[in-house]
Amino acid sequence: MSDEEDDIVLSELSDDELVQQMHDDLYDGLKDEILEGVNILLERGWEPYKVLTEALVEGMRIVGIDFRDGILFVPEVLLAANAMKAGMGILKPLLAATGAPKQGKMVIGTVKGDIHDIGKNLVSMMMEGAGFDVVDLGINNPVENYIEAIEKEDADILGMSALLTTTMPYMKVVIDEMKAKGIRDNYVVLVGGAPLNEEFGKAIGADAYCRDAAVAVETAKEYMAQRTHNQRAG
Amino acid sequence: MRRGGRREAAARASRAVSMPPAELIDEILADRPVDIPISTETRTLLIACGALAREILAIIEMNGLSGLKLECLPATLHNHPEKIPEAVRTKIRDARARGIEHIHVVYADCGTGGHLDTVCAEEGVERIPGPHCYAFFDGLDRFAGQAEEEMGAFYITDFFARQFDTLLWKGMGLDRHPDLRDMYFAHYDRVVHLAQTDDPALDAKARDAADRLGLRYVRRATGYGELTDFIVAAST
Repeated sequence: MSDEEDDIVLSELSDDELVQQMHDDLYDGLKDEILEGVNILLERGWEPYKVLTEALVEGMRIVGIDFRDGILFVPEVLLAANAMKAGMGILKPLLAATGAPKQGKMVIGTVKGDIHDIGKNLVSMMMEGAGFDVVDLGINNPVENYIEAIEKEDADILGMSALLTTTMPYMKVVIDEMKAKGIRDNYVVLVGGAPLNEEFGKAIGADAYCRDAAVAVETAKEYMAQRTHNQRAG
Repeated sequence: MRRGGRREAAARASRAVSMPPAELIDEILADRPVDIPISTETRTLLIACGALAREILAIIEMNGLSGLKLECLPATLHNHPEKIPEAVRTKIRDARARGIEHIHVVYADCGTGGHLDTVCAEEGVERIPGPHCYAFFDGLDRFAGQAEEEMGAFYITDFFARQFDTLLWKGMGLDRHPDLRDMYFAHYDRVVHLAQTDDPALDAKARDAADRLGLRYVRRATGYGELTDFIVAAST
């Protein structure tokens, strides 16, 4: 970073300049700067939801595009995610208090036998950023964990993640159990993870395979819009 | 003086280096495509991950195989598996254009989500079965059978032990951001070194890698596992 860039004083920037700078700071994974930027915007009277969507979510959207296009790689995305998570830490209680719009509720977890959670954590965070309530079950989840959580939480969406070819078939175990209990169609089931593809998602009876966190958010929004439409029509 | 800038650098990185077996350099296998002439007459081409070059050459030598040529893609593709299928397709088509008909792909699925299999089917070539190289070194059945007990295992082979700094420490950004360690490895409990060779110095490197990741070290001698069968079958 050059001296000139080091000299940027966030509090002296206009709102537009500050938001642009926060996009850059997210891109560079600068957690402290994001915390400072969030606090400045809140002090200036911005609604928490506006800070979230215009500064953080939009910044992560840019990160997501450059990750998809091979300009950014996993380490940079994780640092950006860390910075966004820090900003979300300030905003979450405020969002709850101010009644920000809610998209729906998702239960998400990595399947039994699998400890990998980088992708799942990114999806959780991006879904929260997009206005979903997220209940994260963590790693190594047997079918009972999923079933219990979606029923208890009255979830709209079930998300399952796996990184191993040996563990991804377990997603079908969960979906089959949902069918056996007659609750499959009460939920949108999204699946993701490196060894999966669209064909696999279809074959196990998921609603959609999501190749990355940005796709997961867009897919979840589409399904929620369909649900709302169907409920109105019904 | 101008040196061609970014475009020339990109072109240089994608140009294959030709290296005879005795002169292989791991750093180049990690980073660049490498062509390895073995026999004067080429009946069969092996398109492989650079991380497997030494092991394939050892199998060829031990079994006295002939008529093979080995062309490797950079082992760093391991960190970008989405690029592997098309890189392999390009190699296959390039080889066909040079009149080579018999081609075998020495890549596991390697996190390509089945896309590498799609490419192999479309191009009419066979690849070695398995989800990852460590699975076929260990033996697919044995590897699958231990999956539950070794849920927290991070596997490395000899090549990854030698190239730990390039492929993992730097490749995953841990040199610049050590705090990423917990995001990557919080749920792992051990490094399992699947050893192809008996080399105490390499074992020490692998153990050091485990220490740096804060994980327990386990060594398991596998030899070349099912890679041997595949290479021998490819040569006939």
